[in-house]
Amino acid sequence: MKSLIALGIGILFGFGLNLAQMTNPLAVIGFLDITGNWNARLAFVMCAALVVTLIGYHIIFKKRDKPLLADQFCLPTKTTIDKPLIIGSILFGIGWGLSGYCPGPAIAGITINPKESLPFIFAMLIGITSYHLIVNRKSRR
Amino acid sequence: MVEINSELIFPALVGGALIGLSALLVMLLLGKIAGISGALGQLFTLKHHQIASILTSWQCCFLVGLAISGWLYTTLFGINFDIRENISTSMLIFSGLLVGVGTQLGNGCTSGHGVCGIARLSLRSILATCLFMTSAMATVYLVTYSY
Repeated sequence: MKSLIALGIGILFGFGLNLAQMTNPLAVIGFLDITGNWNARLAFVMCAALVVTLIGYHIIFKKRDKPLLADQFCLPTKTTIDKPLIIGSILFGIGWGLSGYCPGPAIAGITINPKESLPFIFAMLIGITSYHLIVNRKSRR
Repeated sequence: MVEINSELIFPALVGGALIGLSALLVMLLLGKIAGISGALGQLFTLKHHQIASILTSWQCCFLVGLAISGWLYTTLFGINFDIRENISTSMLIFSGLLVGVGTQLGNGCTSGHGVCGIARLSLRSILATCLFMTSAMATVYLVTYSY
């Protein structure tokens, strides 16, 4: 049941990404190119997503002390600004700017232009696995 | 120069609202942050030893839904933009590696930090979003204008 619901929400999320043209890497690069012909469209996408989530989260956390299908809300506990956050975010931004792909749109656009998205996703998965292999090995010591 | 086409703003707003709505449903029903890089990372760190329990996890199903959506959307409405032809595979691989490592090190991407994190008013996410936006814009500037 939970799996089917997650599948449905994934499809809805991806529909939003496709409708908003987030799956078009050229539109993303046009948005990031603020000194050129700035494509402001993705700013509207981000603002709409943020307003809905901001108001919705506020209502959810006010009205409920647990989610409908799970025992508790699972929220990040870290609040301090640390080096990994800063370095990781900068690295992610460089990768995003180079191709115009971030994780969600790359997966949601996997069938649109597989010649581009497959090598990107493959490399991203290698990056993710190697990071966790190194971290897990370190924490085991 | 700012290029704004009013015909494209409406789908942008509706698309953004759908992204927000999905993030809300993930929180209301499952109690989780709808971060794509987070979900991907958790697939590799889940303490499950059986393939079946990984395949039925919310993270896996959510990601599969995401992949199906592109196919479903373009089947229904077609592809409404030009496909890029001139990016090299080695550039895509380099970019993917940076995105993979960067999002795990920084605990999030555009969805987890940029939408869900800012909506929770998390200071970490606000800083992360400012940083990756800035470094992405600087990268695009350098790539576009350095030749």
